[in-house]
Amino acid sequence: MATVTQFSFADFVKSLLWLTFWILVIFTLVLLPIIFIVLFYVPAPEIEGIEITPYLLLTMMVNPEIGAPLIRATFETSFFKVAVFPGFTFAALFATAIIFIERKFLAKMQIRVGPYYAGREVFWWARSLEGLLQMIADLLKLLGKEVIIPSGADKPIFWAAPVVLVVAASGLLSVIPAAPGWVIADIDVGLLVIFAILGFFPLTALLASWASNSKYPFIGGLRALHQMISYEIPLILSVLGVVILSGTLNMSKIVGAQEPYWYILLLPIGAFVFFITALAELERVPFDLPEAESEIVAGWLTEYSGMAYGLIQLASYIKLYALAAIFVTLFLGGWMGPPVAGDLYLFGYNILPAEEGNGIFWFVVKTLGISVLMLLPRGINPRIRIDILLRTGWAKLIAVTFINIFIALALLYLGVAHPGVIGA
Amino acid sequence: MGLPPSMQVEESEEGRILTISVGPQHPGSGHFRLVVKVDGDIIVGADPDPGYVHRGEEKMCEYRNYIQNIPHLERPMIADSCGILYPFCLAVEEIANISVPERAQYIRVIMAELNRCIFELYWLGIYGIFLGHSTMFMWPMGDRELLIDLADAATGARVTHAYFVPGGVRNDLPENFKERAIRQLDYFKHRLDQYKDIFYANPLFLDRTQGVGVLTAQDAINLGVTGPVLRASGVKHDIRKVEPYDVYDQLYFEVHSMNEGDSYARAYVPFLEMYESIKIIKQCLEKMPSGPVRTKLGPNPRGPAGESFKRVEAGRGELAYYLVSDGTPKPYRVKLSVPSFRQIPAMPHLLKGAKLADMPAIYWSLNYWPVEADR
Repeated sequence: MATVTQFSFADFVKSLLWLTFWILVIFTLVLLPIIFIVLFYVPAPEIEGIEITPYLLLTMMVNPEIGAPLIRATFETSFFKVAVFPGFTFAALFATAIIFIERKFLAKMQIRVGPYYAGREVFWWARSLEGLLQMIADLLKLLGKEVIIPSGADKPIFWAAPVVLVVAASGLLSVIPAAPGWVIADIDVGLLVIFAILGFFPLTALLASWASNSKYPFIGGLRALHQMISYEIPLILSVLGVVILSGTLNMSKIVGAQEPYWYILLLPIGAFVFFITALAELERVPFDLPEAESEIVAGWLTEYSGMAYGLIQLASYIKLYALAAIFVTLFLGGWMGPPVAGDLYLFGYNILPAEEGNGIFWFVVKTLGISVLMLLPRGINPRIRIDILLRTGWAKLIAVTFINIFIALALLYLGVAHPGVIGA
Repeated sequence: MGLPPSMQVEESEEGRILTISVGPQHPGSGHFRLVVKVDGDIIVGADPDPGYVHRGEEKMCEYRNYIQNIPHLERPMIADSCGILYPFCLAVEEIANISVPERAQYIRVIMAELNRCIFELYWLGIYGIFLGHSTMFMWPMGDRELLIDLADAATGARVTHAYFVPGGVRNDLPENFKERAIRQLDYFKHRLDQYKDIFYANPLFLDRTQGVGVLTAQDAINLGVTGPVLRASGVKHDIRKVEPYDVYDQLYFEVHSMNEGDSYARAYVPFLEMYESIKIIKQCLEKMPSGPVRTKLGPNPRGPAGESFKRVEAGRGELAYYLVSDGTPKPYRVKLSVPSFRQIPAMPHLLKGAKLADMPAIYWSLNYWPVEADR
């Protein structure tokens, strides 16, 4: 006979209290000694002439003023930049914000309300959030769902594709400068890295569609491949004008070269083409035909479910953030803008100089603006057809980018601008 | 490395052909299956396979008397419930020799035209989804609510009104119906003007629909399509003009047609018809006399043995009933000729040679409703 265990809230709270108790006991009796033993043997780092010892760390819990230089030092570590800002955590949060903005924004365009009720009846503080908790609810829903693998699917590739997409999309973040000095990899081939990583996406889409062993994903994958290869050439060519004017592939130096004129003023055609091709690269409306619902169900995503689907969506929104940030970097002067922020002091220590805080502010504002602009076509356009798309990409956009390159060369030879210095 | 097993086809001359089954569980089909064979991106053959939602409406009619038949007959097409009930009432009236009061005739025309608008907004919304245009889905669906509220006020039900009965309509219009209708129709006309600018003038919408699935006038006549599909091919044929029923001969309205015969024309003709519907409803509201709205009938109305064939212009085209009576209160035979079923032959004809991406644009522009076609 099957026994039915009844859920009791009191038991649940009791178990939580016991769990907390045991965690505390194990932490004090086992983990803390281990940490101190390790710290005893590991040479301590030195920050501003002060050696960080376990004793100092303990005193910091009592007197936080000593910790301010440590926070500043954390900002400058590669780990912080990769993991938090401007790396993965920031990009993921930004992507979530974009999803929410997109849903509310589209709802307003369509005379609807959009997400509104999530958490409203449970938490009093959720009433003013207008359904922001819907993002969390969707995440939990995706996590709770089973990932169904179709029979005959190529399992390793089927599993790997979402992970590869997230990794590749996050790879784009590595060369985006958020403020002076706030870049993960300040390398001289930044733009090349971006195009190299963008080349991953069509391949992964094709592999995912092939591994699904189904017809709709197969057609969707082929469409994705056609679309991306025909739009990568105008994408690269549209950036060539910027490279001619700035004379560098380093993203930070490209931003520096846009003093005093942003490149969107000198190369509006290039910016326009970059924007269009970025939309195509992102498979957003009106270029969402690899995911055309009415013909091929969900395109190359058809067989994905649960968190595997969630990861693909995350990757596509991180990619949206990355391409918006690249647009800002190349054409809108990156972090530059009128000063709005002062030095940020913590316990009398300058942890964020005004220049950097200002840069971060303007970078985030501009990127958010461009992201919203990328969401806009979804409300007003139908999907276009593959042959129109290919003709537009190969014939029209490439021709237009050549005009853009000639404009850049003319600016160069007329002496209006030359590499690194514009308006000199 | 070969194709995955499910995609392997025999080594033959048709080795390049991939068979795709669109439906019955597919976002772009409805309760309907379309077996499409593609060579690359070009459709080389399409095989419509209706019948998934057959309900036996015609047989059900034989077990019920004329009044009991009313509610279930509008189920095949709840988006245009007055349109599908209209010819049944006309046919029963002819068999049982029932006269209809004039006010009831006007009210019938008002409700038929209101339902035409409701139906065509629904159709337009789904066409938006088929083209990947989400706003084109949301706006007509939202504006449809206003007209549904109007119909609700008149009949007491949102979509399945069961409002037309042999001998008139079920009840009179409410008191302030005229003012309310005129106010909402004015707003609706204003919205239609916006649709024209935002949807029908969108260059991408034109790219997707113009020159796609061209049906010539001769082909349209040969294949037997009706309604807006026929008129979009340049044949000005409208039952309301050709064979006027009730008070349509006393009303002024135009029959719109276009000569292109492509998906754009098939999407634009119903849109123009909504303007005409507004015009017709306003005329009816002005001309409508007062008086009774329903002829008093005895229990189980019946007529002499005989037959009747009546047709009307519904939102999708010509909708006809063939009714045979053997003198009993129940019909001996009821035959529905629905416009959706008449559009099926045009589907493989237009899809052959089209691109796969044009499939939804052609399919839905043909005004094909699986539930109505299967009856």
